[in-house]
Amino acid sequence: MSQYLLRRLLIVVPSLLGISVVLFTVLALAPGDPFEELAANPSVPPEVAAALRAKFGLDDPIPVRYARWLLAMLQGNWGFSFVSRVDVDVLVLQRVWTTLFVIGSSQILALMIALPVGVYAATRPYSIFDQISSTLAFIGFSLPTFFTGLLLILLFSITLDWLPFVYRADIAATGWRWYWEHVRQSLMPVAVLGLAQGASWTRYVRSAVLDVIRLDYVTTARSKGLAERVVVVKHVVRNALIPVVTLVALQMPAIFGGAIVTEQIFRIPGIGSLLISSILANDTPVIMAVTFVFACLVITFNLIADILYGWLDPRIAYR
Amino acid sequence: MNEQQLRGLIAKVKVGLVSRRAFVQRMVALGLTAPLASQMLTHAGVAKAAPTFTYKPTKRGGGGALKVLFWQGATLLNPHFAVGTKDQEGSRIFYEPLAGWDPDGNLVAMLAAEIPSRENGGLAPDGMSVVWKLKPGVLWHDGKPVTADDLIFNWEFAADPATASVTIGSYKDVTVEKIDALSVRVKFKKPTPFWADAFVGTRGMIIPKHLFDAYRGEKSRDAPANLHPVGTGAYKFVEFKPGDIVKGAINPNYHMANRPFFDTIEMKGGGDAVSAARAVLQTGEYDYAWNMQVEDEILKRLEAAGKGYVNIVEGGNIEHIQLNSTDPWTEVDGERSSVTTKHPLLSDPAVRQALSMLVDRAGVEDHIYGRTGTATANFVNNPERVRSTNLKWEFSVDKANQVLDAGGWKRGPDGIRVKDGKKLKLVYQTSINAPRQKTQAIVKQAAQRAGIDMELKSVTASVFFSSDVGNPDTYTKFYCDMQMYTTTMTQPDAELFMNQFVSWEVSTRANKWQGRNITRWKNDEYDKAFRAAEGELDPVKRSALFIKMNDLVVANHVVIPVVARPLVSATLNKLHLHLSGWDNTFWNLRDWYREA
Repeated sequence: MSQYLLRRLLIVVPSLLGISVVLFTVLALAPGDPFEELAANPSVPPEVAAALRAKFGLDDPIPVRYARWLLAMLQGNWGFSFVSRVDVDVLVLQRVWTTLFVIGSSQILALMIALPVGVYAATRPYSIFDQISSTLAFIGFSLPTFFTGLLLILLFSITLDWLPFVYRADIAATGWRWYWEHVRQSLMPVAVLGLAQGASWTRYVRSAVLDVIRLDYVTTARSKGLAERVVVVKHVVRNALIPVVTLVALQMPAIFGGAIVTEQIFRIPGIGSLLISSILANDTPVIMAVTFVFACLVITFNLIADILYGWLDPRIAYR
Repeated sequence: MNEQQLRGLIAKVKVGLVSRRAFVQRMVALGLTAPLASQMLTHAGVAKAAPTFTYKPTKRGGGGALKVLFWQGATLLNPHFAVGTKDQEGSRIFYEPLAGWDPDGNLVAMLAAEIPSRENGGLAPDGMSVVWKLKPGVLWHDGKPVTADDLIFNWEFAADPATASVTIGSYKDVTVEKIDALSVRVKFKKPTPFWADAFVGTRGMIIPKHLFDAYRGEKSRDAPANLHPVGTGAYKFVEFKPGDIVKGAINPNYHMANRPFFDTIEMKGGGDAVSAARAVLQTGEYDYAWNMQVEDEILKRLEAAGKGYVNIVEGGNIEHIQLNSTDPWTEVDGERSSVTTKHPLLSDPAVRQALSMLVDRAGVEDHIYGRTGTATANFVNNPERVRSTNLKWEFSVDKANQVLDAGGWKRGPDGIRVKDGKKLKLVYQTSINAPRQKTQAIVKQAAQRAGIDMELKSVTASVFFSSDVGNPDTYTKFYCDMQMYTTTMTQPDAELFMNQFVSWEVSTRANKWQGRNITRWKNDEYDKAFRAAEGELDPVKRSALFIKMNDLVVANHVVIPVVARPLVSATLNKLHLHLSGWDNTFWNLRDWYREA
């Protein structure tokens, strides 16, 4: 096991290097210039932009810039934002908690919907409940999040005027009011992300449980005279959830991607909106850092999924 | 309008036959800036207009929170590094210049005790220097007094090339010397008619010496105060998250009585313009939303909720079509659109004239921009002092056909005009942006009816507006027959704006396409008028020269102005504010208040 882990970790290093080379080259070759606003402003002499380019080393060849970036990154220096003139890690750390809070809550919501609904639908396949939940699930994952987000804003903010649609990371209130305001403003974004995710997971849980529930050992458990509840919870769900856990782990990074759009719609000051504004401003160090964080997340969660799988299902051996 | 007519008009203002405001408006129609217009009036001794804005609150504070929404949040808070407007706005909450520009182009004292003039001895008669006096008793937010040393420091800081400040243009050609603890003299290298640049308006905000002294030049980016401003403004710094939020709280020691009205201010960034408009006009969640680049139809629908209204403030931005003077399709020494060539079709004045008649400005205004873009015939559009009344625009396919017929352009069998074997075929490029593509379509349709084959091309904005030397599709390279974009007049003075047609600014490979003259048009008369305006101290004579330059540009169809783009923002009904097209949104933040 530990040997397997070591091998996997060693593979991570070249993959991260490869990802960073690709990202860096693509960004360096992409059109756009972080100082183009300066160049378009007649009152700023061209020397200023030239001096800034020299200062941030933008005129050096791409391999030199990449080597410099890599060396700095290895020392834990994420770079310096051209636009905000702050260290990139400060910018990312300021925003990562908001993203984690919103994403985390939406994942919990998704699980809270997917598990009971999926299991119940599987124990009563093709019943009315199953039909309704399947239909809703299809609707849920067919609608893109930016569309449901706008729909919710139109309904709850504009027509009913119940919920705010501008998310504020710091609310000037204390005690219960602070919690209340936070819940109010997070309701819509969390619902948008959670419902979409929950819908697809419901389908997955249902089919996983259906696979297991027909097996002989379940029949044996039933014939032992165990209560149906015990059969389902202890014998069926436990085994059915093994593939689901992997799926959840594997989809974690993808949900960060989905949050980019949602963050923009609700003005959530998270990593996703940081990525968008940096792309618009051609702020390469920030884009590089954020995309690299995403890449790391994908690789880490892949690894976690593999390990979890073996831990949950002892029949799988690591070699 | 020549100098004599201008003087006549000013005389009428003096005796009250023409209102001050009407004069300013006429001048803006001539393509001047409002600050230039009011400079003429002040010079002629016309009394200052009574301020149109009245501040009603009778005590400081008590106004609660002011919440403003910027769909692009401020990313840094040092005015000398403020690349975009959003950063200037974020800085302007905390920092102030010596004086700002009001919507009519008048200077309003902020940190200055008074506006320098000939009468108070502030302006040297030879135009070589100006004396600024600081208001006594002004304190930085940390309690230290503001002195002449701070002004001198700002000049040294910004003018140092190692700092790479964006304000360097206003400071590098002046010297600032201390007269006493509260006054300085700004000295110019040559007679300078437009003296109100350093320490004034968007690029004039003053930062404290005692916090930035240790961080000059190269080290400037490490100054902690870059993220934690200590200024003189009506609000003190509380919190800043780049791109997201700027928070301020009332400055209890603000240097003006009863101001400010609000207890806190919050500037939230991110999102898009339409939902920002909704948050003000429809739900009232926010008090003010900046830069509403939204179709007028949508704005009108949102306004119908009755909670707020849309502010339209005139500024100097113009959506215009440039006609290439050089040949974009022939390569000379690795460069297309080289100044050594002549455009095969557009060098014919008849073609240029016909094209200008084929731009349906009224149609573009009515169907695309609405209130957010008004048809115009002038290139220099605002400060009234310089607007040209000599020009009218006309949309007529018939007349364009007549002009082309008379010019010898005969229709070929496919309906496209031909002359000397050359087909009248033009490529028209612009950046990708819905209103621009619609405008392109309108122009193309009219051109087709006049026998001009027009090919439309749209380039992603990030490429079109980049300064990437390796990319052939940038607007400064102009490898195309016609192109359209909005040019911004960031300065209250028209001089910087007008230098985009002088022959020594031509954009070429030699200057890495950084020259300001993108159409590559050259005209001796224009050059001469520009040189004369540079050193002309009499504002009336100078304005007359600017008007002449504008007339030359439009009469020669160097560019075809399409619509003027005013500054559009959304405000709640009860919020009272004073916006100016010649300065930042927050130029007069201290006077913003909400009616009970």
